[in-house]
Amino acid sequence: MADVMIAEASARLGIDFSQVDLDSVQLPPGEDFGVISDDEDLYQDDHLELDTSLNNIIIVDNLPVVPREKFDKLEGVIRKIYGQIGLIKEDGFWMPVDPDTQKTLGYCFIEYNTPQEAELAKERTNGYKLDRSHIFAVNMFEEFDRFMQVPDEWAPPEVKPYTPGEYLQQWLLDEKARDQFVIRSGTGTEVMCEVMWNDARQMKPDPVHRRAFWTESFVQWSPLGTYLATLHRQGAAVWGGASTFNRLCRYAHPQVELIDFSPGERYLVAYSSHAPSNPRDPKRIVINIFDVRLGKVMRDFKGSADDFAIGGPGGVTSVSWPVFKWAGGRDDKYFARIGKGIISVYETETFSLIDKKSMKVDNVIDFSWSPTDPILALFVPELGGGNQPARVSLVQIPSKEELRQKNLFSVSDCKMYWQSNGDYLAVKVERYTKTKKSTYTGFELFRIKERDIPIEVLELENKNDKIIAFAWEPKGHRFAVIHGDSPKPDISFYTMKSGSSIGRVVKLTTLKGKQANALFWSPAGRMIILAGLKNFNGQLEFYNVDDLETMATAEHFMATDIEWDPTGRYVATSVISDHGMENGFNIWSFHGKLLYKILKDHFYQYLWRPRPPSLLTPEKEEEIAKNLKKYSKKYEAEDQDVSMLLSEQEREKRKALKDEWNKWVTRWKQLYEEEKLDRQGLRDGETSDEEEVYEAKEVEVEELLDELQEVVEYDE
Amino acid sequence: MRPILMKGHERPLTFLKYNREGDLLFSCAKDHTPTVWFADNGERLGTYRGHNGAVWSCDVSRDSMKLITGSADQTVKLWNVQNGSQLFTFSFDSPARSVDFSIGDKLAVITTDPFMEVLSAIHVKRIARDPSDQSGESVLILRGHHGRINRAVWGPLDKTIISAGEDAIIRVWDSETGKLLKESDKESGHKKTITSLTMAADGSHFITGSQDKSAKLWDSRTLTLLKTYVTERPVNAVAMSPLLDHVVLGGGQDASSVTMTDHRAGKFEAKFYDKILQEEIGGVKGHFGPINALAFNPDGKSFSSGGEDGYVRLHHFDPDYFNIKI
Repeated sequence: MADVMIAEASARLGIDFSQVDLDSVQLPPGEDFGVISDDEDLYQDDHLELDTSLNNIIIVDNLPVVPREKFDKLEGVIRKIYGQIGLIKEDGFWMPVDPDTQKTLGYCFIEYNTPQEAELAKERTNGYKLDRSHIFAVNMFEEFDRFMQVPDEWAPPEVKPYTPGEYLQQWLLDEKARDQFVIRSGTGTEVMCEVMWNDARQMKPDPVHRRAFWTESFVQWSPLGTYLATLHRQGAAVWGGASTFNRLCRYAHPQVELIDFSPGERYLVAYSSHAPSNPRDPKRIVINIFDVRLGKVMRDFKGSADDFAIGGPGGVTSVSWPVFKWAGGRDDKYFARIGKGIISVYETETFSLIDKKSMKVDNVIDFSWSPTDPILALFVPELGGGNQPARVSLVQIPSKEELRQKNLFSVSDCKMYWQSNGDYLAVKVERYTKTKKSTYTGFELFRIKERDIPIEVLELENKNDKIIAFAWEPKGHRFAVIHGDSPKPDISFYTMKSGSSIGRVVKLTTLKGKQANALFWSPAGRMIILAGLKNFNGQLEFYNVDDLETMATAEHFMATDIEWDPTGRYVATSVISDHGMENGFNIWSFHGKLLYKILKDHFYQYLWRPRPPSLLTPEKEEEIAKNLKKYSKKYEAEDQDVSMLLSEQEREKRKALKDEWNKWVTRWKQLYEEEKLDRQGLRDGETSDEEEVYEAKEVEVEELLDELQEVVEYDE
Repeated sequence: MRPILMKGHERPLTFLKYNREGDLLFSCAKDHTPTVWFADNGERLGTYRGHNGAVWSCDVSRDSMKLITGSADQTVKLWNVQNGSQLFTFSFDSPARSVDFSIGDKLAVITTDPFMEVLSAIHVKRIARDPSDQSGESVLILRGHHGRINRAVWGPLDKTIISAGEDAIIRVWDSETGKLLKESDKESGHKKTITSLTMAADGSHFITGSQDKSAKLWDSRTLTLLKTYVTERPVNAVAMSPLLDHVVLGGGQDASSVTMTDHRAGKFEAKFYDKILQEEIGGVKGHFGPINALAFNPDGKSFSSGGEDGYVRLHHFDPDYFNIKI
């Protein structure tokens, strides 16, 4: 084709093409006649790379304006600051000078080798105080264009008309007052999350919403149940609403691993860890605190894993989640984290430290908030080989005033258990025996709401009993302890309030030799499940603590998890394990009747949707409790209707199934008849289709096997 | 009634079959000797010696004269039931898995496993009336299954062959032309390997058991899915009562993944389901390994199960069984 064109053109121009030495033809320099050489593409790519390479340059603003003489000195200072962060490129420092005044202009450019260094430099030095009047403002060079486009005149932002959002608490208005739960199951391409109603009357779950790939790792309800949070590579998201689960907000946080809500669900804490560029360095950790409703980052914390680890006396431990613990109550006012010898308490109005500094508590290794009040309980272990006793203290926030302190001797470990109303704090203390060879356990019980916070010491009757589990009755005054040796430990119940002796802890009862290793109080109190999970294969005992009697014993074979619904009416027991046997969940009534069971392969999560606290006043609640009969009448009637309807439906269903089956059977019989002759043909005319046309006959056959005559000698 | 424990096999059981009258029970196991028992009292009547590999299945002719067995030694053998002598040996180039006589016992359908480069196949052989006329020629060879074919049986009037196996699809073939007529639907069908397939006495419907922890009931002519029975364990064996509307599923945790924690973890029960309502009625415990084989006596008054544990358990039903109401 090209040859033809060239031939034509040469004919037109009168040139003998065969005489032309193509190699001698040269284009004038700098002229390509619109023909791009093959190499050109490469050059263009190079250009592109140069363009993007601007992201390793930062602009530092608010530098002092200095005359010529001081230029070198300032350069030295700046180089020192920025040289620490990364290697400044050769010729990578440029501080322009005003040609008229010969003074610097108060800014400079710094070029690093890598964008990461530049990013880090911006992060670390933005807001750096050189002195009182020179606070650095650091920006990436790339952002410059964006800043240039800021219009000179402020234009009011466009006011968007208000569109009312969905009612987020619609689920609480369910006519049948049912509770919801979410389950997650499946692997790989079949991850499925389902939200369902627990329809206990109908003895089955009622699906609300299901979605594949809803989350990339797990799902989590917010503490008041308003949102369902999902995790993705790009960040977290929350879902909820009146009709179906719509996405309400997204929180950008690459590679998020863990999330945590504040108790009033105003804030969301997201955590991710990133592999460092140098494998020997500790991991880099990024924590963002978002406002749940705005989706805005309120504060971020970045640093190496060491910065977030709690340095106990035993050295560096790993990061424990949640890093930030929230103070109790719905106001979400304070949150705190523990560091090496400090407790940093932040308040959410400004997201800064209270009094601008952390609380210094030497060697503190554990702390916890009261679930209702801004009170911190912290634990400092024994030091100096017992010279300095271990200490548990209660600290009021924001005053940081110590409310109460207790010194403890020969302590190996402490664990703190708050009662859900913040009325009591139980501290489980492991102490060494005199020989220091073994430990025994006791409890220190703090009565937080009483004057001067009295402390009581509780020791078990058999001091050497191991404590397997401890649990406060929610909103109540009782607690349960599993103690003794596996496989048949004892379970004891104590009360902090008894009629006769106020202010004394009294034992209610001890149940001997129970196969249990976990305690699950009903959220309404009174009922407790004594559960033998894992090694005990899922033994369940439903126990009424008011009457001190067992209501039912049952078993959910291999059960690993137990969760009460938020109202304390139903219990879900689930088998969550990787080996894939028995996976699924059972729903029980509070008194231990199995309502229904669902099997699911690759079952990973079962979570009841929490409910916010009741809005009724205590007086009103009491009134309802008093007139329970009146109120329950209505529901009983409803229950009866439903059960009638159910049996009716069941009967109809069965009838339909039977009818359908009979239809098949009749058809089959008819076909069987029709094919009778053919079948006879196949059997060479043997008529008998019927199987029973044979008779058993008993035939006696005598067969003469051998005959032998033998003369037997007869000896006298 | 107490089950009769029949010890005679040294290796896991693979298949059980009653003869038409229900007085004989044939058992196959991974040891090389199929065995025949009195179905009433569990007494051992005799063995069939000659195979040199695990025996996967067997079938007995209507007149209880001929036994056919398929073995991993790449042969299928015809036996004289009465004296245990070998009548004929069909040789293949891969292990034989399932065997089934047609109505009239003139044909047998045999499946062979995929082996080295050889693909799995379904063979149809003519069975001569007189063993001396027997030839080894295949009348028809069907291919198309992916992986092993665990069972192939004759459809109504021998017009079709129904097969199922590792690829979880049930296929219906024309036994004349070898054309593939129907395949079970991916959506409604089994999700994992189909381990067993048992035809109803009149051939109108059949049941399949699968490792997807379910059993399904199908119409033989239309391949319509009629019922699904869901259980907690992979299903290795299925059987249908000829008397009542009951189906029995046997199985349990795969022998290789059985945990040591608790004997109940394996769930080695034979589970009874209501055939119509698809609800569980009860279970028969006893085996201490997965159940690999189940068979109902044609009179419906007893059934037997064979397990990985090497035992055959023969259960005669109590009178209560016949009055179960749900």
